[in-house]
Amino acid sequence: MKSDATLDCVGLYCPMPIHQTANKLKELKTGQVLEILASDEGIKEDAPAWCRATGNEFVGMEEKGGETKVYIKQTK
Amino acid sequence: MAEKMTLIVFSGDMDKSLAAFNVAIGGASIGMEVSMFFTFWGLNVIKKNEGPTKSKGIMRKMLNFMNRGGAKRLGLSKFHMFGMGKWMMGKLMKDVRSPSVQELMIMAHQSGVKFIACTNTLGMMGLGKESFIPEVDSYAGVATYLADAKDGRINLFV
Repeated sequence: MKSDATLDCVGLYCPMPIHQTANKLKELKTGQVLEILASDEGIKEDAPAWCRATGNEFVGMEEKGGETKVYIKQTK
Repeated sequence: MAEKMTLIVFSGDMDKSLAAFNVAIGGASIGMEVSMFFTFWGLNVIKKNEGPTKSKGIMRKMLNFMNRGGAKRLGLSKFHMFGMGKWMMGKLMKDVRSPSVQELMIMAHQSGVKFIACTNTLGMMGLGKESFIPEVDSYAGVATYLADAKDGRINLFV
């Protein structure tokens, strides 16, 4: 999947991935997509939930090995 | 206007503080206006780690000596075992790169979480503002908490 920026959260646990996602997404422009790499299992539920709570768009997710790639579009 | 979240941090335990800061940071990350009201043992979380805490009178001096506080000194609510449990928990946390109470506290503050210290407990324990970290935004009482909590979508007691 195509993205405009990448955030590496591998090895980090809750609340670090969403905390960093929130900060990183502020740097992006509306319509741009952020790719987040994470190893915490919780991200699979947390990323869509975070998008529901903030109104940003959850684009999708890819799993590879123990890592998850999450794509979020800045829509706020 | 942003939705509000309030937390009363009553306990001064390390594990419970971790949970409180975790929720506070999460709240800030979804754009909520978060305030943490520290009272009673919870004041230990926002005490300075360095220097003595000054107070007057033998009983207050004794209390503040035994209840020194500071984010570094918080004990576990379970399996503290005179500090051995805490030391082990710290090891496990470092092992998975989990932030400490101090680190979470700084992160929360940088995310705009407001820290309020309870003046009632300050008076009762004979503590002055110089005993607390500069990140404390205000010193106030129950009305300040309630004014926030009344409009709060999420209000927690830790």
